[in-house]
Amino acid sequence: MTRQSLHIDWTACDGRGLCTELLGPLLVRDEWGYPRAAGYGSDVPIPGSFVADARDAVALCPRLALSLQEVRTPARS
Amino acid sequence: MSTVEMTIPRAAVAPPMGVNRLFAAGAPDLASHLARFGPAPLGLTPGQLLGELEASGLDGRGGAGFATWRKLAAARTSAGPTAYSAPVVIANGAEGEPMSAKDEILLRHAPHLVLDGLLLAAAVTGAREVHLYSGPVQLASVRRAIAERSDARGVILHEAPDYFVSGEASAVVSAIETGVAIPRDRRVRLAVSGLGGRPTVVSNVETLAHVALVARFGAAWFRSVGTDDSPGTRLLTVSGDAVDRKVIEATGGLPLAEALGAVGIDTSRLRAVLVGGYHGAWVPASDLWVRLSNRELEPYGTRPGAGILVALGEQHCGLAASVGIARYLAAQSARQCGPCVNGLPAMAEVLARLAAGGGSARLPDEVRRLAAVVTGRGACRHPDGTARFVLSTLEAFESDVRAHLAGYCEVTHP
Repeated sequence: MTRQSLHIDWTACDGRGLCTELLGPLLVRDEWGYPRAAGYGSDVPIPGSFVADARDAVALCPRLALSLQEVRTPARS
Repeated sequence: MSTVEMTIPRAAVAPPMGVNRLFAAGAPDLASHLARFGPAPLGLTPGQLLGELEASGLDGRGGAGFATWRKLAAARTSAGPTAYSAPVVIANGAEGEPMSAKDEILLRHAPHLVLDGLLLAAAVTGAREVHLYSGPVQLASVRRAIAERSDARGVILHEAPDYFVSGEASAVVSAIETGVAIPRDRRVRLAVSGLGGRPTVVSNVETLAHVALVARFGAAWFRSVGTDDSPGTRLLTVSGDAVDRKVIEATGGLPLAEALGAVGIDTSRLRAVLVGGYHGAWVPASDLWVRLSNRELEPYGTRPGAGILVALGEQHCGLAASVGIARYLAAQSARQCGPCVNGLPAMAEVLARLAAGGGSARLPDEVRRLAAVVTGRGACRHPDGTARFVLSTLEAFESDVRAHLAGYCEVTHP
């Protein structure tokens, strides 16, 4: 099984906030404006219903700080 | 048990006995090195050496403590068929931690052992390019060593700048690629794609020196000192109020009290010991029986790491000392990642308000909140390590945190 994961390149991100508007409430802004997903750091798992919005966020990020990666998830028994 | 003797050809010289291993040659020159250790067994097959390293339990001595055989095997597996996809091995002697001196001492006193390990790691991964990265004094020693032998001429030397994150693995790759030693964003591991997109091993110089010994004398010899979960020896840099960074080679799993005592620190007059350097954690003076092993240090949130111990004398306030370190770490941010640039100074200043005394009872929770905000949100682990250190401060000095909130200090204003 695969799922999508959104990778944040912190060296590029400067907290413009577009992704948090497209992907709220999955992504919220921290007190300095940088995107934050509860419980995750640089790689945020994206549920199926958010994948289209995540693609938009990747395409529209003015700092090109986002990328979507397919990650294999181990099969659950 | 007998498989070890069978897979590793018998070394030409007797292995070092006891705890004096890495410096057993007694002098940095090639003749002393060969007289004590014999030549490096470069004829070992990759499978033999990887098997021996796995059996030895050798882990990385730069801080992260990753299993050495696994790191080398990963780069070997990722190797492509061309020179452009062949692995690269980088010996990392940058040692940005101000309280560490062991890599410098090692490169100055046993450079040939490090070079042997680097060439063995290159052979085992199939690398066609090898680098060594360290400060200028150490490089001079390495340069002299390379001039004494014919097999290390290809090692490319790079000078590491002297700041905290310059030795972080992706910063090392950046330094060699671009001349700027700052961490970079990684979507895949360096073992898959590092320097120039090639599979890259960045290995601490002490780790490589141990590789050179395991290749010669085998895993059973390596494990003949130390404990089951912390086998062999490791270099420690120990400092205290009256002791400036003494480097010792110690058996794995040594109790903290013995490591401190070995450099003359009076363990009856301590408040705490910082274990693992500035990204490590405080262990209170009541727990100096704890051994330097992953298992025993785990409850404190640290590891033997790069072998750094800093003793805090009983006359010092643990919170005040921690504020100094937290501010230093905040200032050492490479200033690339927003949560680190903003979060680390914020965390240090809340800790400073707590240490100043008489502040809001909510300050400890605010420290914890900020630690959670920065953790995992950077290109490197600098925010994570800083958060871990600050959280350990709240735990190790828990009763003093309450004292400070009540307006006094257990140490300076009882």
